[in-house]
This record gives sequence, C-alpha cells and structure tokens, in this order.
Amino acid sequence: MSTATFAGQTLNVDADGFLADANDWTPEIAEAIASDVGIDLTDRHWTVINFCRKDNEEMGTAPGVRRITKATDVSMKEMYQLFPGGPGVLAAKISGLTKPKGCV
Amino acid sequence: MFGNGNGNGETPRKIAIICSKGSLDMAYPGLILANAARMMGIEAVLFFTFWGMDIITKKHVDKLHAGIVGNPATHMPAMLAGLPGMETLATKMMKKKIEEIDIPSIHELLEILDASGAEMYACRMAMDMFDLENEDLVEEVHEVIGAMDFFEKAEGAQTIFI
Repeated sequence: MSTATFAGQTLNVDADGFLADANDWTPEIAEAIASDVGIDLTDRHWTVINFCRKDNEEMGTAPGVRRITKATDVSMKEMYQLFPGGPGVLAAKISGLTKPKGCV
Repeated sequence: MFGNGNGNGETPRKIAIICSKGSLDMAYPGLILANAARMMGIEAVLFFTFWGMDIITKKHVDKLHAGIVGNPATHMPAMLAGLPGMETLATKMMKKKIEEIDIPSIHELLEILDASGAEMYACRMAMDMFDLENEDLVEEVHEVIGAMDFFEKAEGAQTIFI
C-alpha cells in the first residue's frame, strides 16, 4: 500500500491514488485531490461529491455516472464539464471512494 | 483535462470502436465500452457500418433484436431457436433483464455517449447500400464519413471491431 499527502495529512492510497479508507476523507482532502487533478471545486462539484459520499454510505459502493445524474440535478453533459478527465473515476476519487464498479 | 484514463496526466488514451452488427447483443458491447472509456477520460470514436447502421437509424434503434439463431451460447437446441416467435421471446427476456439491472436502453446510451463527448460516425457506403438519408439517422450521429476518413478520426486510437 502506498501513501500520499493531501492537505498536510499522509494517507494510505491504492495504486491509482484513490484513498484506501473512505473514513480518512475530509472536505479539505477533497479540495487537495481535486487540485492535484486540476479541478477547482465549485458548488456544483459539491452537489456531486455530497451525493457520492451519501450513496457510498448507503450502498457500500461508489455510484456510477448515470446513477449520479439520475439522483441529482447534474446532467450527463455537466458531469463531463465538471470532471473533464473522466467523471466516472474523478467524482469517486475526489469523494475519497474507490473506483465505481458499475459500467454506466 | 488529462483524458488518460486515470486522471494523473500521462499519455492521453483514445479508442475507436467499429460497430458492424445490429443485434441487441452486439450493439451493447460497443456502446458500453465506449461509455466506460469516456467515464475514465479516454477519448472515444464510434464508426457504425453494415448491420451496425440499425443502431443509429431512427426506424430501428428501439427495435433491435437478440440474435439467437446459430448461437450455441443460448443453450437451446439449434432447431428451437429458429421457430417462429423464439427470437421475439428471447429479445423480450433480454430487455427485461437489462431493465432490471438498470442498464440504459440503446437509445439512451447513444444520448449518454453524445453528452459525454464521444464522436459517432455513420459509414457512407452503408448509407448508400441501405438507401439511407441523413434524416433517417438519430441526431447523435455527428457525420457520415468514408472508411479513409474513419482512419483519420481514429489516428492514435486502439481499435476494436465488433
């Protein structure tokens, strides 16, 4: 297991830099991960992140992009504008979760 | 930004998928793969040709059938698969299952791909062969192009033929 430093905290991460433990996550860490992938978090990002955190708690797994668009008012197109490097992986990564397992 | 599949800024990745079949079971793999690529920041180009034209024609997109004749993986005797009504039944069952596990319809997948920035092209030769006009195609199709144009669009991409 490798480690990475976000917002001054050294945390365990997987091979792709996703937090190993979702409980390590804080909003400050989200800002730090986002900044590492070139994203400045806005209220719209937070709509997505808050849903991802809540859904992961309820379902035990990070939601896929389509699930996020169905449960929030963020459209598919907007998801790609918010997370241009790939909303499927980046929404989960910034939310401190593992990669979504689903295909959509 | 990045578009490299994992968001850490290495070499950008791109895939090109040729969809040449029009059955439900051959339409899904190409579209799902393209969508998965987009979700992880990989660029995706889709080229529809031959029977794959059914996936992008307004008349057929919502009526694709599961291909069961000559398919040993259906686990039913070959003679049965050809009986009248069997294909309709198999299609109905497959669509029901797809809905149950919350996989989008083919048409919705095309909309998702369009919103994700995937590029979708129709084959000019197949258009002529099936007497199709631009207005026969779903609006998510960007352009009608030839095979050589496809290779230009697919430059640097990993290519998948389905």
